[in-house]
Amino acid sequence: MQIKESPETFDVIIVGSGAGGGMATKILSEAGLNIAVIEAGPFFDPANPESRTQLKWSYESPRRGASTTRDFGDFDAAYGGWNIEGEPYTKKNGTKFDWFRSRMLGGRTNHWGRISLRFGPLDFKRKSIDGLGDNWPISYDDVKPYYDKVDKLIGVFGSNENLPNDPDGFFLPAPKPRLHEMYYIKGARKANVPVYPSRLSILTKAINNERGICFYCNQCNRSCSVYADFSSGSCLIFPAQKTGGQIKLYTDSMVREVVTDGSGKATGVIFINKLDRKEYKLNAKVIVLAASACSTARILLNSKSKVHRDGLGNSSGLVGRYLHDSTGSDRVAFVPDLMNRETYNEDGVGNMHVYSPWWGNNKKLDFARGYHIEIWGGLGMPSYGFGFNTNELNKFIGSNVSGYGNALRKDVKKFYGAIVGMAGRGESIPMESNYCEIDPNVVDEWGIPVLRFHYKWSKHEKLQAKHMHKTFEEIIDGMGGHVLGERPTEEQEYGLHAPGRIIHEVGTTRMGDDPKKSVTNSYQQLHDVDNVFIVDAGPFVSQADKNPTWTILALSWRTCDYIVSELKKQNI
Amino acid sequence: MNRRDTLKSIVLGSVATGLAVHGCSPNASAPNELPKVNDVPLYGRIESEKLRDQKLFEATFFNEHELLTIAVLCDIILPKSEQYKAATEADVVEFIEFIAKDIKEHQTPLKGGVMWLDSFSNKLYNKEFIACSEEEQLQACDQIAYPGKTKPELIQGEAFFTRMRNLTLTGYYTSKMGMKELGYKGNTPNVWDGVPDHILKKHGFEYEAEWLAKCIDQSKRGDVAQWDDKGNLIS
Repeated sequence: MQIKESPETFDVIIVGSGAGGGMATKILSEAGLNIAVIEAGPFFDPANPESRTQLKWSYESPRRGASTTRDFGDFDAAYGGWNIEGEPYTKKNGTKFDWFRSRMLGGRTNHWGRISLRFGPLDFKRKSIDGLGDNWPISYDDVKPYYDKVDKLIGVFGSNENLPNDPDGFFLPAPKPRLHEMYYIKGARKANVPVYPSRLSILTKAINNERGICFYCNQCNRSCSVYADFSSGSCLIFPAQKTGGQIKLYTDSMVREVVTDGSGKATGVIFINKLDRKEYKLNAKVIVLAASACSTARILLNSKSKVHRDGLGNSSGLVGRYLHDSTGSDRVAFVPDLMNRETYNEDGVGNMHVYSPWWGNNKKLDFARGYHIEIWGGLGMPSYGFGFNTNELNKFIGSNVSGYGNALRKDVKKFYGAIVGMAGRGESIPMESNYCEIDPNVVDEWGIPVLRFHYKWSKHEKLQAKHMHKTFEEIIDGMGGHVLGERPTEEQEYGLHAPGRIIHEVGTTRMGDDPKKSVTNSYQQLHDVDNVFIVDAGPFVSQADKNPTWTILALSWRTCDYIVSELKKQNI
Repeated sequence: MNRRDTLKSIVLGSVATGLAVHGCSPNASAPNELPKVNDVPLYGRIESEKLRDQKLFEATFFNEHELLTIAVLCDIILPKSEQYKAATEADVVEFIEFIAKDIKEHQTPLKGGVMWLDSFSNKLYNKEFIACSEEEQLQACDQIAYPGKTKPELIQGEAFFTRMRNLTLTGYYTSKMGMKELGYKGNTPNVWDGVPDHILKKHGFEYEAEWLAKCIDQSKRGDVAQWDDKGNLIS
């Protein structure tokens, strides 16, 4: 069987349709370029009634929304998860690493938390502060104009607070706090932890005449059918198609490798069509990889040739290295003052209305870098798991535990809405010794060699998690709540989640000025091959205690402006 | 019909044929016919999920005796009262049959739990659990329904009862009836404009003017956002 080759040569092939690929599709097509977008999963439009889960009731699922086939429950808009049948990955030396992939147009942007935080000036220069990791070759000032443009294009609510490392932007107004969030504000202030309106890419106000406005169903993770939240398809790719962009979508198509010519320059990609299980080749002048940090590293490492013996762009040997995820640890509280609530529609937007950005001074602490706190709670829609061990909480108020009958009924109602959860999400230290590589022994069902992970947390992440729990306990105390569960011990790594669990993998193709110490330059262009660019989170030098999406979008836009300018100058 | 007959009709009339789950009409006249893929409820499934659901609907996990025992337990856990309906009236038995097929971890503890309960009841009353009087059934449950007070030799029974309680509560309160009882009022388009005043006050809170200044004026939600150069909203 010969590879089927398309006679057409595109200006640009974009591999992946998530945040980075979506932004590249929009910017490059608007520049008049002829684009192919290749996505490993099916087409997805949240407005399509066939695939829509928004506003479905728990009882419309026979498992009441349980997470049997989707890791975040039946209604979550991520096709894929921590494990995908036929697409394994492996781990080395006792590594715990969980890799979340979403195979669909728009990728993980369809279900993410919409927490849209700019990195601050300090976040680009961490080595200068604590000597760990490396500085970025760019600064906040290089990215700021693009953050501003992303705010205005996509929409994010929040508030300008003039904070030193959580920059102001162009925000839509925030929604008012919910009742449990008022308790959080009270508790956090008592613990000297600052609280501000959260910053989420959800439209509390119109941003144009095309997208809808939030109607407060709390279900952004189901991807909004009126496009009031940021998903890559609904906010970037579909609008680019509507305005007449030359965009050809290849869905259910999994890229195996980038093809290069005798001089080492990229000429196209080979992908496998998952429906007919055949190989295809597409040609283009420029290749933009946006498959996610780990998938892009995998494609590069699988693109070996006479010129690129260790994989494409890997003359430094650093492709796959410096892999890092956010830190994460969680705690839950029972707040007796929230018992026996009068109920009302408290759904709100699809995540917290308030949050705490990092406030600490690391010079006085035993770990580097910081974390922010996310909050959940309220009168949410019951789904699978609701009521499990519900009246164990009676032990805090001296009543009978468990039982049955009408007393149990009263307990369920009594405790509904009385639980508040907190999640710390922080910055880890990027290390060369944490990496993904090609497993020499294993292929997936498409015949593509798979990734093998090697990852160990350092003491900084563990001690940061320890600090999170101390903070949670102080805040819960200030709320008049009871902390549920014991404080995790040193043996339990202080409750620190395994790497990968927070789904913020970055750093596998990091940028830098020195080709020996980095994979791309500051425009996310491979040092080794000038017509290959990376616009996912692979080029991140460090993570910040912020979520990566807003920075992926800003850097993708910046890179695309550079690609257009280089094409005009005929440099690539 | 007496209570046992009612349960029997629920169990045999719907669970065994999957009708309650499917909403039913195409198969109503032919209860033995298996559901078609198209009958699987529309809740945004991809093809592989539809096929998986169909297989589960076609399979049978519990036998009649097990289903009846589960039904009796469900209605002990959430009984009918003047104010409320019983768990079985909210399709909780159908839910438990499905979830046992869907989540394998439930299978052995539930099947084994029913057997354990029958052995226990045979020892106590020389009868299977469902053949016992209501009073006898409650006396048996009292010994396994209160963790911390259970005799060491009955801990396995406690684990079964706890699982049954969890699944019954989840099944009931995720149903239409249960959500109404709970007072859940969401999952519908609306405009959130904060916690109702009287509730805020009751909890000793009020929104601070400084905070409110950062929040959306809902009368302007439809006005397209515009900012000055410094990021101040001007629309």
